[in-house]
Amino acid sequence: MEIVLIGLNHRTAPVELRERVSFTEEAARLASEQLRSRGVLSETLVLSTCNRSELYGVPPESAPSGKDSAGAMELFLATFHKIEPAILNGSLYRRHDREAVRHLFRVAAGLDSMMLGEAEILGQIREAYRIAVDHGGTGPVLNRMFQSALEVGKRVRAETQISARPMSVAFAGVKLAERIFGSLRSHSALILGAGSTGEQVIAHLRDRGISRLGVANRSRQRAMELAERFGAEVADWDALDSALAWPDMVICSVSSSEPVISRAAVERAMAARSNRSLLFIDLGLPRNVAPGAAELYNVYLYGVDDLKEIVEQNKRAREAEIPKVEVLVEEHVTKFESWQAGVEASAVLRELRSRLGAEREAFLRERLGAMPHLSADDKRQIAVLMDELLDRVLLERAEQLKAVSDLRRKVQNLEALRDLFRLDQGKP
Amino acid sequence: MTNHLVLLTVLSYAASLGGYVAFLATARRLFGRLGTLLLISGLACHYLALLERSRWAHTVPYDDLYGSLSLFAWLLAITYLGLELFHRDRSVGAFVLPFVIAVFSLAQSTRLTVPAPPPAQGPLLALHITLNVLGYAAFALSFVLSAIYLVQNSLLRSRHLGSIVWRFPALESLERMSRSSVIVGLVSLLVGISFGLLWVNRIWGRYWNGDPKEIITILILAVYAGYLWLGRTGSWRGARASALCVFNFVLVLFSYSVVNLYLSNFHRFF
Repeated sequence: MEIVLIGLNHRTAPVELRERVSFTEEAARLASEQLRSRGVLSETLVLSTCNRSELYGVPPESAPSGKDSAGAMELFLATFHKIEPAILNGSLYRRHDREAVRHLFRVAAGLDSMMLGEAEILGQIREAYRIAVDHGGTGPVLNRMFQSALEVGKRVRAETQISARPMSVAFAGVKLAERIFGSLRSHSALILGAGSTGEQVIAHLRDRGISRLGVANRSRQRAMELAERFGAEVADWDALDSALAWPDMVICSVSSSEPVISRAAVERAMAARSNRSLLFIDLGLPRNVAPGAAELYNVYLYGVDDLKEIVEQNKRAREAEIPKVEVLVEEHVTKFESWQAGVEASAVLRELRSRLGAEREAFLRERLGAMPHLSADDKRQIAVLMDELLDRVLLERAEQLKAVSDLRRKVQNLEALRDLFRLDQGKP
Repeated sequence: MTNHLVLLTVLSYAASLGGYVAFLATARRLFGRLGTLLLISGLACHYLALLERSRWAHTVPYDDLYGSLSLFAWLLAITYLGLELFHRDRSVGAFVLPFVIAVFSLAQSTRLTVPAPPPAQGPLLALHITLNVLGYAAFALSFVLSAIYLVQNSLLRSRHLGSIVWRFPALESLERMSRSSVIVGLVSLLVGISFGLLWVNRIWGRYWNGDPKEIITILILAVYAGYLWLGRTGSWRGARASALCVFNFVLVLFSYSVVNLYLSNFHRFF
């Protein structure tokens, strides 16, 4: 029972290549089915996100070795995406067994992500697993492995700080707003101009159920487009002063050499809103809001540099959590291995039992044939006695194997048992 | 028996504090829940200790500094618990529990004397005292919340965020919590004072005695009402209101200490 993983990620391959080998849901299903129908793998799962494409598989018992399976999987990946296999050389990594399990658990923990500890990957793994289960690609091994991975991901985020603090400028801005306003559900935001960061901020605000969202832009056309896209209302660019009276936060990313919002304008706005707190997230370079506005009572002003500094701090805080996460990952890798050894022990015992049973059958047939004086009842009695003997001598001891807690000893014992009875020879 | 209860109370409160601090440091919900559970068990033990004492003294435990402080600590803890459950926010527990423990320990350190037979008794007086102490406990809570607001606000405005900013409640929640505990304080103080006036009228036939305690209490009522009113709208909302709330509590402390011990004629320990 081997586990093989091949794949590439943001560390090993440029984005152009990652795009070429990525899988849609449909492609993942197709690839998975082909891998199984061609006998390359008996269990398959495709994990494909913008940062990685990975094939997880369990080769059938008949496969010569995990190495060959990995080779076949790599070849398949190339042909499936109609790429010269040589192009993938150097970008693909392979992992076997323990290493493959550890790799998946680290991915689930967010340790392998471009942005350390990001949470999306856990959802992506859950989705990939759901798809694989839906089309019957997984079996007992991958089921167990991915369920454990999801558990690792959840525990890591609950028990360490790896995902705790915002890591992007946009998210840091929104989190900051939450430090001031609490839940954003009863709050409002005005967006001035819109760069890509600004749009990310809008998306985050939407996710958090902001109650009112306004958009203002020099070009009314552009403002209407944005408003349409984000379900916001359009605010009048020429009446910015009065527009500052209602929102709790203003996110600006206007390209302008001069500040768009002067200190005096903010002062007037604060009077109009009777000092209700106002947060500016100024994403513009050069700044859109006159720095002096920060001195006004109940005004909070954050520029890009402030947010970058926050992100930098948070990154260091996350990195400090890595050792704790690694410990958790290791704990689950060991747990998985011991489960796997337990399953193998059961399989060996099952085989042992059936083989001994068959030998007993043959033995009895041969010997009892020469003893015609025994009644059918006696023969049955003898068969029962032999069963008891077998149980006592061998099977009871073998059963104890399952209970052995020390993994290494268990595996060694298992190998010894296998060798002793040449269980592998019986395989096709 | 009392000593066991006292010990158990302190241990529970201390463990609860540990839970809240761990919750603040790690943001793990488990620690927060543990903090709350331990606080509840501390409150139960504390209640039993108070009960024991009041059985022994045959009155609500107010008749000495010990009883008064102990009751204050208990009411502070229970007000906090109510606030925590109402606002579903555990992040200030780590700042309230030290006060609870300090006041409770202070109560233990006062000399335990068999109280003289109380000069005055009755349910009216007992209610008067309990409600007033509850009012002061709620004010103490709003003091802690406002102080946290000021720290959080200055961190946010200076843009030098450490890690603590991400753990504290949002400014607006702090403000709301502080306001709701001031409302609790004001209402219970008002009702408590009414009972006190009724009682004193029954004894002496007049409502107002011109006692310094009465004067400062009216002042306290006024400044807290002012906080509520100013903090609602206009130029005081936010940090200024919080600063006012912190200042108001200085007045409460003054009333509780100097006025009680040196100025008042018949309010000695509450």
